[in-house]
Amino acid sequence: MTADLSIRNLARDFGAFRALDNVSLDIAASEFIVLLGPSGCGKTTLLSILGGFLAPSSGSVLIGGRDVTRLPPARRPTTTMFQDYALFPHMTVQDNVAFGLRMRGIAKPERRDKANSFLELVGLRDAWAKKPHELSGGQRQRVALARALAVDPDVLLLDEPLGALDLKLRRQMQDELKAIQKRVGTTFIHVTHDQEEAMAIADRIVVMNRGRIEDVGTPAEIYRRPRSLFSAGFMGEANFVPATVKEIRGSEAEVDTALGPLVLPLSAFATEPRGAGQKVTLCIRPEHLRLQPEDGAAALGQARVVTSAFFGTHHRCRLESRSGTELIAHLPQQAEVAAGRGLELWLARDQVVALAPG
Amino acid sequence: MRHLANLLAALYAGLVYLFIFLPVAMLVLFSFQDGGLPVPPLNGLTLRWYEAILADRKLMAALSNSLLVAVFSSAVACLLGFLAAYALARYRLPASALLRGLIVAPMTVSTLIIGLGLLSVLNAAGLRLSLATIGIGHVVINLPLCFAVIYASMGAHQVNIERAARDLGANDWQVMVLVTAPMLMPSILAAFFLSVTFSWDEFIVAFLLSRFDVTLPIEIWNLLRSGLDPKTNAIGSIVFLISVACLVVLELTVLRRTGKSP
Repeated sequence: MTADLSIRNLARDFGAFRALDNVSLDIAASEFIVLLGPSGCGKTTLLSILGGFLAPSSGSVLIGGRDVTRLPPARRPTTTMFQDYALFPHMTVQDNVAFGLRMRGIAKPERRDKANSFLELVGLRDAWAKKPHELSGGQRQRVALARALAVDPDVLLLDEPLGALDLKLRRQMQDELKAIQKRVGTTFIHVTHDQEEAMAIADRIVVMNRGRIEDVGTPAEIYRRPRSLFSAGFMGEANFVPATVKEIRGSEAEVDTALGPLVLPLSAFATEPRGAGQKVTLCIRPEHLRLQPEDGAAALGQARVVTSAFFGTHHRCRLESRSGTELIAHLPQQAEVAAGRGLELWLARDQVVALAPG
Repeated sequence: MRHLANLLAALYAGLVYLFIFLPVAMLVLFSFQDGGLPVPPLNGLTLRWYEAILADRKLMAALSNSLLVAVFSSAVACLLGFLAAYALARYRLPASALLRGLIVAPMTVSTLIIGLGLLSVLNAAGLRLSLATIGIGHVVINLPLCFAVIYASMGAHQVNIERAARDLGANDWQVMVLVTAPMLMPSILAAFFLSVTFSWDEFIVAFLLSRFDVTLPIEIWNLLRSGLDPKTNAIGSIVFLISVACLVVLELTVLRRTGKSP
């Protein structure tokens, strides 16, 4: 089953600390949403409120149009997959998965069949008789997923479920999680602080910071058109260059920057520039700095390589522009980028985003 | 030099164990004495004193009374200890540190004081002394122990497991009966068997709170009043054997817990 979810003006205070500050969000049925942010940004608080483990100070939660704000976890159409898996250590894998069905009064043969079918879904059909302590971390994780899905929740809440796994297993589980979500069609709300994980699995990412939503969108939207400095900095690497609007001409604006004057399309501005003199911060991704003039690229003049490291797909270089501004650039594999070398630098200006300064 | 030090250490350890177990060994040895007095010299080995105690209906009644009191009072002490530990570990209670202290406090009070206090309370309440009153006394003595053992094993990592149970539709009772208690079963069993061994050879409270039905330690004391007799050695050996059996079971349950913790 699946359902849409609507978060309306949620706030939560812990004493004087505001963990969640007037958060509103609409999530469509069957969407895979990732709540992304650093620790302490309120993402886990939000998830706990959705699961019913924590009461909000104000605001409401609607699932499938029904107000569930005051319902206890057991009576919500949600289940939670906990970070530490929280499997029942004294029960077999099958009894773990069947527990929710047992609580719903489903007869033993039926719940065993259903538990087995969910174990098959997560690829653990043969482990049904084992106890959790006999399983590896990745397997426990799958049992936790099967257990949470076995009761047919409308919304599955995942609290950093991949945090304890090593990198390789984590990448593998991300793909599986995504595939399982597509198969069962349940709305998934997944919390993580790992932006690569968010990009790998999310239909839409919700970037959170200090109890607020900074940005919402598909991974590509958030990376390419971030709506705030925080969002731009958290999703991947970015160079932030202060700039001042000098003149607006038709569909373009000229700005003064530490890298020299630049002409940007108006579409680069997160909010329509008001006029000359306005301060903005340019977000320049490292891969948008080029060594050749391409279509629409703006010349930045000479720059010097300070340090460089080879990352396989690219060189990651710290550069110093002629005005002394430091820039991080991802330059092509074949580029000659030894430290101390001088380079002619161009900027793909149609990729630049101009944000309100922080 | 090193060799000598090791030798001395071994000798020292041997003496310590000898000091601890010599009385017990003597007791068991002279329970097989072929003669009327359980003192050296050993005249020969016989099982007749064991035969005699097995035929002694008063002793056998006392033995089954003791088992009954030990098992029931320990079960009650574990149940109450578990409930108290659950409440104090899982809920934010007013003055919880004080409540915890009060539950553990009887450990520091002498059993004589507890027995006398219970005696006057029971008198005032008009309750007749019986096995049940001994059981009540033993619950009072063993509850702090059971609480402490079970409370110590309730950690934060179980909170999420209980949450998960609630999330999957379990109500408070189901969480406690189907998840928390089975999860804590090793420590509950440890508390239970410790409590059984304490109740099994407890004398003072049982003496003060009994009248016609008595437990084994009281009956042994009655026997001793009529002088030394290898029968007392035989029954003493049985008491010792049962205590050891309890400790072995306890050890196994505790070992199983440490070996199996997920």
